[in-house]
Amino acid sequence: MTQIAAVGPKPDAREARYEQPSRLTLIWRYLRRNKSLVLGLAIVLALTLFTVIGSLTIDTEKRAYPLAVKPKQPPSAEYPLGTDFFGRDLLAVMVRGIWQTAVIGLIAGAIGTGVGVILGFLSAYYGGAVDTLIRAITEVLLPIPAFLILVIIAGSIDRKSVTIYTMAIIVSLLAWMGPTRVMRAQVLSLKERLFVNVARLSGMSNLEIVFKEILPNMLPFILASFVSGVFAGIFASFGLSVLGLGPLREPLIGNTIWFAQQQAAFFNGWWWWPLWPSLALVLIFVSLTLINVGLDELANPRVRRTE
Amino acid sequence: MRLGYLVRRILFLIAVVWVAATIVFFIPRLSARNPIRERFAEIARSTGFAPKDLEQIIAAYEVKFGLNKPLLQQYVEYMGGVLRGDLGPSLTRFPKTVLELIFSALPWTIVLLMLTTLISFALGNLLGALAAWPRSPGFVKGLMAPLMMLQAVPAYLLGLLLIFFIAFRLKLLPMGGAYSQGITPSLTLEFILDAARHQILPAISLILASLGFWALGMRGMGITIQGEDYVNFAEHKGLHPRTIFTQYYVRNALLPQVTGLALAFGSVIVSGVLVEQLYGLPGLGGLLGDAILKNDYFVIYGITLFVILSIAILMFLVDLIYPLLDPRIRYESR
Repeated sequence: MTQIAAVGPKPDAREARYEQPSRLTLIWRYLRRNKSLVLGLAIVLALTLFTVIGSLTIDTEKRAYPLAVKPKQPPSAEYPLGTDFFGRDLLAVMVRGIWQTAVIGLIAGAIGTGVGVILGFLSAYYGGAVDTLIRAITEVLLPIPAFLILVIIAGSIDRKSVTIYTMAIIVSLLAWMGPTRVMRAQVLSLKERLFVNVARLSGMSNLEIVFKEILPNMLPFILASFVSGVFAGIFASFGLSVLGLGPLREPLIGNTIWFAQQQAAFFNGWWWWPLWPSLALVLIFVSLTLINVGLDELANPRVRRTE
Repeated sequence: MRLGYLVRRILFLIAVVWVAATIVFFIPRLSARNPIRERFAEIARSTGFAPKDLEQIIAAYEVKFGLNKPLLQQYVEYMGGVLRGDLGPSLTRFPKTVLELIFSALPWTIVLLMLTTLISFALGNLLGALAAWPRSPGFVKGLMAPLMMLQAVPAYLLGLLLIFFIAFRLKLLPMGGAYSQGITPSLTLEFILDAARHQILPAISLILASLGFWALGMRGMGITIQGEDYVNFAEHKGLHPRTIFTQYYVRNALLPQVTGLALAFGSVIVSGVLVEQLYGLPGLGGLLGDAILKNDYFVIYGITLFVILSIAILMFLVDLIYPLLDPRIRYESR
């Protein structure tokens, strides 16, 4: 025993230098490498702060709706972003619009991903007739450009009854096929892994395996699918809004752009009116893409070194 | 078993088109809106023409268009008409048929979308291939991040910003419309040049929005091909780098991108619809937007069917062309 101990490393000062860094330090180090994730989250944080501080300091309930302020004013000290043709304070419109747009995206992302996870699990885990049915439906629906169908649905609904929530539900109607396919493929590959077999041999029930073994391993994919879903939801609702099919009473970002277009804002020289919502949307889309790239890097470390 | 594969593929695409047509047929009918009544209300608002026997006129038109029959019978008759190539009349621009409306709008859409898709495909793939190519200059690699950002932004928004900066601020190009007012459409050089000038901004916004998709996909493919034995072999044989680039590297990396072309067509059409609407171009997008606001069933059906059918046909064509491009693939094993 003593001989072996003599050969081994001496437990002295070296031990202290190799101390495991704390969790926070590790996260910090990782974030420094994953720049797109950080940048994306930073933009989302900035937009969130904008809406939170904005809705605390401005009366958005009133100023974001018509006839609240002097119309057609360019940006000034009193109206930092200007006012529109209908007498809305564009700062209040942006505060409320970004919030509403985010709500639509979040609902659509949650519904699309949720349905996708459930159908993907059913399809992959049980196989057989269930799998054939779910696959056939998704395969047939996927090539149909969902947006065209959404346009028709939104166009058929009585325009006055559309709210941001109906909008969110319309948008999520055809948002589950992509997630279903991704989740199915993931579950198929995971359920053949060794640890799932071990769990099954050790007597775990199907439900236990799904929730304790497979689901935790899918979290990065579910998260990425959710972010894509939010992106797609905002994208689709924006498309509907600029066709004039949105909830017209609300200061949604897409609606604001549509109204500006309807009133020929550029021709009339009210350049600030469509400009702010466009910039806000660019920021939202870019930040979501950055987050998705960052999550992809987190989930597939192999992508990391391809730069 | 190539024939078997083809038959299965055709059946699949027919199923896609049929499901889409059925969904599209029933949705506008579930709504309580009546396009004919709305059209008369609009006429009454703009001209003051309000006949006393309005209800009878509306009923007569409904009989004329077959809207009074049971919905299921209408569905069967409409599908029968589609098979014979008859897409029905327009409800709100009555003497015109849907097919006439589509064909008068189609040239604008085809020119804009075909041109932008081809340019974006060629340019995007070239940039992507160069970004993954070790010998290419550093700035190409630097282009990837901005391209990725651009890809995230809808073409409509890019179009709006282009109108603001280039048409409104710098006054370099027209803000919208298909041709200048005062020019009558004809096949003269003057008209074509004028129309082309109006297409530049819509085209740029569509190209910028889709360039990143091709570039990033190509870059990903290029990176995996980099380590392949045949590329190493070609290098050790002492082939000229340009030959390796074009014959060994791009040729192989391009194959999956061709499949992507058919899939991308769907999203191209959607952004095309919105961009046409933004610039006020008389293409399918403008027609569809107008029909939806007026709930003109037959025009909505017609355009959607037309678009979905063209996507299905394109997917099928890509399936047919693919084995010619990639000799390794033959639809035999399955």
